[in-house]
Amino acid sequence: MYDYPDNTGHFGQFGGIYMAETLIPAVEELRVQYLHYRDDPDFKAEFAYELKHYVGRPSPIYHAKNWSDRLGGAQIYLKREDLNHTGAHKINNAIGQALLAKRMGKKRVIAETGAGMHGVATATVAARYGMECIVYMGAEDIQRQSPNVYRMKLLGATVVPVTSGSQTLKDACNEAIRDWVTNVESTFYIFGTAAGPHPYPMMVRDFQCVIGNEAKIQMPEMIGRQPDAVIACVGGGSNAIGLFYPYIDVPEVQIIGVEAGGHGVSTGSHAAPLTANSTVGVLHGNKVYLIQDENGQISETHSISAGLDYPGVGPEHCWLKDTGRAHYVAINDDEALQAFHDLCRFEGIIPALESSHALAHAAKIAPGMSRDKVLLVNLSGRGDKDINTVARLSGITL
Amino acid sequence: MSRIQATFDTLKKQQRRALIPFFTAGDPTPAATVPLMHALVSSGADVIELGVPFSDPMADGPTIQRASERALKQGMSLRGVLALVAEFRLTNDITPVVLMGYGNPIEAMGWELFAKRCEEVGVDGVLTVDFPPEESYEAFEHLQRHGIDPIFLLAPTTLETRIEQVAKLARGYVYYVSLKGVTGSGSLDLSAIALKLPQLRKHIKLPIGVGFGIRDAVTAQAVAKLCDGVVVGSRIVEEIEHSADCDVIANVSRLVSELRVAIDQA
Repeated sequence: MYDYPDNTGHFGQFGGIYMAETLIPAVEELRVQYLHYRDDPDFKAEFAYELKHYVGRPSPIYHAKNWSDRLGGAQIYLKREDLNHTGAHKINNAIGQALLAKRMGKKRVIAETGAGMHGVATATVAARYGMECIVYMGAEDIQRQSPNVYRMKLLGATVVPVTSGSQTLKDACNEAIRDWVTNVESTFYIFGTAAGPHPYPMMVRDFQCVIGNEAKIQMPEMIGRQPDAVIACVGGGSNAIGLFYPYIDVPEVQIIGVEAGGHGVSTGSHAAPLTANSTVGVLHGNKVYLIQDENGQISETHSISAGLDYPGVGPEHCWLKDTGRAHYVAINDDEALQAFHDLCRFEGIIPALESSHALAHAAKIAPGMSRDKVLLVNLSGRGDKDINTVARLSGITL
Repeated sequence: MSRIQATFDTLKKQQRRALIPFFTAGDPTPAATVPLMHALVSSGADVIELGVPFSDPMADGPTIQRASERALKQGMSLRGVLALVAEFRLTNDITPVVLMGYGNPIEAMGWELFAKRCEEVGVDGVLTVDFPPEESYEAFEHLQRHGIDPIFLLAPTTLETRIEQVAKLARGYVYYVSLKGVTGSGSLDLSAIALKLPQLRKHIKLPIGVGFGIRDAVTAQAVAKLCDGVVVGSRIVEEIEHSADCDVIANVSRLVSELRVAIDQA
C-alpha cells in the first residue's frame, strides 16, 4: 500500500524541510499539532461540518454530455469544485488550516496567492474565524486578477503587492516566508498548495483529498464503476493531489496531471517542470523538480493562468512521476483558452483558466477513445476571475 | 589547522573579538569584489562572509535582495564566486572566507564538485541558510572530506535539543541570528541575546558570532561584549548601494574601520 511521505517528510528524494533555522521550530510545532489534531474526533467533526454547511460539499459530478458528443469519443465528467463557496477547491485546505490555527492559538494568518483563489479562500476563513489576514500577491498577478483582489479586501484582508523578481506566485511565496520568519510566534502561514516544507505537502493533500474521496463514491453511483482516468491541472498541485491521492491504490484508474505549457514547452516559456524534464532543486522549503538555469538560479516562468505560473511543483507529484504511477503532460495557453471557450458555449460553465488546462487535455485525448470510456476532470475553480484576461486576449476592453 | 580556527585562536590570545563583514559577491560589480575583500581586510576584518547571489533570497530583506539582483544581472554565479575567491587568495592566504547563501546553486553544481572546488580555491567555510542539519548530512560529508567547515545558524527560536544537535555538526564557528526576521530588519534586543548566549555556550564550544540587526558601532560594541564575533551585513551592503562606484572602497573601508575600533574597545 502507498504510504508517503515518510516520517521526515520525504517522498523518495523529494520533499523534506529546507527552511531557515528561525522557522524550523515553527514547522516542527505545526507537524506535531497537525498529527495530533488529524486524528482528533472534535477536529474531524468540525472540519466535516464546515465542508458540508459552509462550503456546500459534497460537490457534484456533472456529465458534460454536449461537449463529449461534439468531441465524439470518451465521456467527460467534471468534478465541480467550482461550485464550492468562494469558487474553487482552495477553500477545503484553507478551512483545515484555519481550524488548526485556531486550536494553536494563532490570531494572525498569512498567505501567498497567484490567481487569487487561495487568497480569497484564506481571507474568507479569516473573516469566518475572526483572524487578522495578510495576503501576499505578485504585482503582475494583481493586475491580471483584479476582481479577486477586491474580493479579498471586501473580506477584510490586507493585500500586499510583491514587486520583487518576476512579481508572480513564486515571489509572493518568498515574501510570505519573510513575513513568517519575522512574526513566527503570532502567525500561522496558511500555505495554499501541496508543496513547501513538511508537513505542508502532506497536510494540504489530506485536506484536499475530500475531492477524490467523494469522487470514488460518486462515480460508481453515476456509471457503476470508477473512471478510466482522472485528470487535473498541476501548478503546485493541490487540486490534483486532492483528486489523485485516493486513486493511487486503484491501478485500473489512470492518473494524468496537466501542467501549464505556456507558449510551448520547447520555447522555454512555460511553467511545466515535470513535462520539461527539469532538474531537481530546492525552493520554498522542499526538494522538487524545478525550472532553473545551469547555475541553480530559478527561471522566470510563463502561463496564461496565474495559478499555474510557478517554477516548481509539489514533491508528491515529483514522486508519482518518477514511480510512473501518474503521468504528466503540458497544455499550451492557446489550447487552454480554446477549452475555456468551449466549456462556456457547450455546457454553460465558465471554468478557471487553470482548470481549462485539464479540460483541454481531456478534449485532446477523448476523440481517440471509444464512447464507453470515461474521463473525470477536476474542474477546480470557476472562471469569473479570468474574464478580464480572456477579454483582453480577444481584443475586448471591459 | 584551518584558517578559521587559527584566526579565532589568535584573537582569543589577544582577547579580541572577530569582525565579520558580509557582502554579496558581484555587487556593485564582479570586478570590484576582490578589491573590496582586500579593503575589508586592511580595515580590520578577521573573516569575510561572501554572499553567493540567489534568485529567491527568502531569508533576506530588501537591501540584500537588491544586492543579489545587481550581482545576478551582471552574470555572477557560484562558479564566478569561486573564481573570485581564487583571485583573492593570490595575495591573501590568511583571512578566512566563508561562502553564505542558499542551497540550490550548490545542489545544481553538486556538493561533491562544490566541496572539491572550495578546497582548491581556498574557501574555508560554507553557510547555507535554507539547509538545516536534517537535510544536510550527505552534503556535509563532502565538505568535511575537503576540509571545509559547515557553518550553522542558530536562532532565538531554536530549542535546546537542536542546539545540542548543531553543536555536534558545526565546525569553525556558529552564527547566532540575533532577531526573528530577515536580514537588515528591525533592531536587536541586547538583553535577549545576553540571556540566550549562556544556553548556547553550554553546548557549543566553538566561537559564536552574532549577526542580524547590527547597524552601527555602538551596537557592534555592545554585541561584542557578549560573544566572539560580530557579523555586519546589510549595513555594509547599504553602504555599497549608496556609494558611487569610485567611492565604494573608501566608504566601506571607513565604515569597517569604525566598527573595528568600536569592537576592540568592547
